[in-house]
Amino acid sequence: MDIQLKRGFLEICVLAAIKNEDSYGYKIIKDLKPYIELSESTLYTILKRLESAKMLTVQTAEHDGRLRKYYHITEAGLQRIEEFKAEWKELISVYQFVIKEDDHE
Amino acid sequence: MNKEEFIAELKDGLSGLPQNDIDERVLFYTEMIDDRMEEGMSEEEAISGIGSVEEIVSQIISEVPLTKIVKKRITPDRALRTWEIVLIVLGSPLWLPLLLAALAVILAMYAVVWSVILSLWAAELSLIACALSGIAGAVVSWCHGDLLPGFAMLGAGFLSGGLSVFGFFGCLAASKGILILTKKAMLWIKSRFIRKESAQ
Repeated sequence: MDIQLKRGFLEICVLAAIKNEDSYGYKIIKDLKPYIELSESTLYTILKRLESAKMLTVQTAEHDGRLRKYYHITEAGLQRIEEFKAEWKELISVYQFVIKEDDHE
Repeated sequence: MNKEEFIAELKDGLSGLPQNDIDERVLFYTEMIDDRMEEGMSEEEAISGIGSVEEIVSQIISEVPLTKIVKKRITPDRALRTWEIVLIVLGSPLWLPLLLAALAVILAMYAVVWSVILSLWAAELSLIACALSGIAGAVVSWCHGDLLPGFAMLGAGFLSGGLSVFGFFGCLAASKGILILTKKAMLWIKSRFIRKESAQ
């Protein structure tokens, strides 16, 4: 997949992974594994970017005698997911048009 | 490799970055390793699953802006003493031109590389122009009744057209190559700053 395209996708995937409940780094990677490959370093960069864009907040909580960072989606983050869905509706109709052209061959 | 070694190597590799950046990265990777081990992986497995320190470090460095690394290099860890400030001011006739020269060299390198690309594309553009004007010239010649010169022009036009098709792919490949090369050069410049720091 094109790198720029994948980068955009990954941001949405990470937001979607914390949409329903707060999550932590390793769980995000595990949850996304069946859908998209994501390395630890890439996840770090994405989390940082989403945090500075105020799409998520970070809380440190104790877990099993050590500290773990939990990521919580913000209103702006939820809104970004909605935007993505709307963009994709448009894209899918274009995609279906492209497929239809294929059928005629 | 165990966790301590991994973390030590990571810290060493990142030592040119600001301290809070290093601490944050180290915490992040420590948590990743701990979470993997909690799931039943051995320490070795957990670390090998994350990847080699070298790869991680070079990815991180390529993402951190050069200005941040340079800023960290030139910002002292403690406040400057008066005599140090005096020295810096007095030495400015020396270090300022040197710094400007270094910047000028980097800029010149970029300019040289990109002017090559620019001239390649200019040649490509002129080939296309030749092809078009050759065909147009042929038509004009024929209208004037000059049959043979018209054919010569048409031939020249087609030749330029053919060359321009080859040239286009050549230019494209050269541009892409140079783009990758400049990225690598940037990584190299950054790693100079990091290496120097860890050697101290």
